[in-house]
Amino acid sequence: MRLFVPLTITFVAGIVMILQFFVPATQSMGESLQEWYMIVASFAIFIGAANLIQVHVHRIRFKGRNWKYSPVTIVGFSVMILTGLIFGIEKGTPFNFLFLEMVAPMSATMFSLLAFFVASAAFRAFRASNWRATLLLISAFVVMLGRVPIGAMIWDRIPLISEWIMKCPNMAGQRAVMIGAAMGMVATSLRMIFGIERSYLGGAD
Amino acid sequence: MRRVLFVFPLLVFAGVLLAQSGGIASVEESDCFIQSFTAEDAPNDAGGGIDLTWTVSTSMAEPDSIVLERLDEEGVWSFAGTILPVDGSRTDEKLINGYKYTYRIVPWYGGFAGASSVEVSAVPAKQWIHTGRIGMLILLTIISLVIFYFIEQGKRGKDLYIRRIAGLTAVEDAVGRATEMGRPVLYIPGIMDMDDIQTIASMVILGRVAMKTAEYGSSLLVPTCRAVVMSVAQETVKESYLQMGRPDAYQKGNINYITDDQFGYAAGVDGIMIRQKPAAIFMLGTFYAESLILAETGRSVGAIQIAGTAMPSQIPFFIAACDYTLIGEELFAASAYLSKEPKLLGSLRGQDVAKLFFMIVIVVGVLAATLGQAWEPAARVADFLKTITSVG
Repeated sequence: MRLFVPLTITFVAGIVMILQFFVPATQSMGESLQEWYMIVASFAIFIGAANLIQVHVHRIRFKGRNWKYSPVTIVGFSVMILTGLIFGIEKGTPFNFLFLEMVAPMSATMFSLLAFFVASAAFRAFRASNWRATLLLISAFVVMLGRVPIGAMIWDRIPLISEWIMKCPNMAGQRAVMIGAAMGMVATSLRMIFGIERSYLGGAD
Repeated sequence: MRRVLFVFPLLVFAGVLLAQSGGIASVEESDCFIQSFTAEDAPNDAGGGIDLTWTVSTSMAEPDSIVLERLDEEGVWSFAGTILPVDGSRTDEKLINGYKYTYRIVPWYGGFAGASSVEVSAVPAKQWIHTGRIGMLILLTIISLVIFYFIEQGKRGKDLYIRRIAGLTAVEDAVGRATEMGRPVLYIPGIMDMDDIQTIASMVILGRVAMKTAEYGSSLLVPTCRAVVMSVAQETVKESYLQMGRPDAYQKGNINYITDDQFGYAAGVDGIMIRQKPAAIFMLGTFYAESLILAETGRSVGAIQIAGTAMPSQIPFFIAACDYTLIGEELFAASAYLSKEPKLLGSLRGQDVAKLFFMIVIVVGVLAATLGQAWEPAARVADFLKTITSVG
């Protein structure tokens, strides 16, 4: 019974989703399943919030490792929840102010770190340690040069070569990855729908 | 039996070539601005739609406005919309299936109705096969049959060669390293929800990794970006620990929810990396811009990193920053590869053979399209391949 119920649900849901793609008359069944998922996911937000509070309260209570960061999380979480519930989330409300003046800049800060990480990763990737890395270095150099005005100033063909690298070898590689991944998705889906893959149930037979 | 139940309807659908139409009503009228007006059941829908198509006269005076009218239940023409005085089409939606709907188009000149088009009728109905997807259905059937064939071969004990995937061979080493160093293993399942196939594949691999951590006695941390993923991860890890006979070692608090926000999650996971200094980091699932932020931070703490995603734009970042990267399909092959179960390995073999089939189709298609410029039969082959591989 422990296996039968989840495997049956997976089988039925999987078959319905495949069927609704090929049989327009059954589209409403697929849409219903997706709506059910949205409802479950909406309720799960509460589980997530409860887990967050539980973990950090537990850490403070037992003075766990780095427990001093936990009050910051709880205070931040509570302030956002309370301002949203009391004043609403429209423009001009405290919640909106906190979101625009604190959450958004912090997200932007994290995103901007990417520029530095790209530089350090590129430095390692572009070291000409073997012929493949050298090829990567040359092609990356040409692509970068082709995307800035100085590239065309050096030689007017550089932007065209850059475009060719992006449209032909790069696109071919990306499509190869996508086709392979699509095969993998089909195989994984079939394994799960037919109960061949059960490791998410603890691998029990 | 379930597989037969699945494949048989696919074959039936694939063999069915239905000419579906609700009956095209088409009328031509030369003394009206609307030259032709047709109504037909909208194809490949779940019902409730009628496609209306019209052409206008190029020689007659252009009206100020054109009104589309529908005959209601009481026999009165009611407004159904305005249309531009050019050739066009429109789908009238949210109609009742099986009920006959009649339409006409009335051009208006200076506030007066001109000669209306003829009346056309159609009956909306739901379709039982999407004609634009029959080619996809045939391909899916072929892939499924190939995969099931090799699963059967695997179950019968036939020796199936599976190429070595370095990133997956390193999983055991990575967990072992974490155990020896007394540091935790960090597993990041991407930032998407459980309706994403990569997250599902990631949960399957998590089950295998959790078995290893249970076996070696390492601590496993799984910070998640979605509450549903957290619940699934908790159950998956718990089952794996039970399976390995170590339910006492399972720590629910190590699998926690951080935030739905993309960069908030990246910041939270970076914090975990910096504070806990995991010895092994797995990044398997769907990643976007946070991929390099996570991978570079992981590298800075000296962890052995195994990443995998099917997002083509993120793969280069993982290759640059991680020790091992599972590229595209390898992510989906991981569970089978790690388990070494014959039937799962059979599905991998089937997957590879299906890929070979598509490689042949692509090569034949390219050659046919090229030769088709000068040789008609080759052009027909190229058109056929284009038809069956396109999705309507």
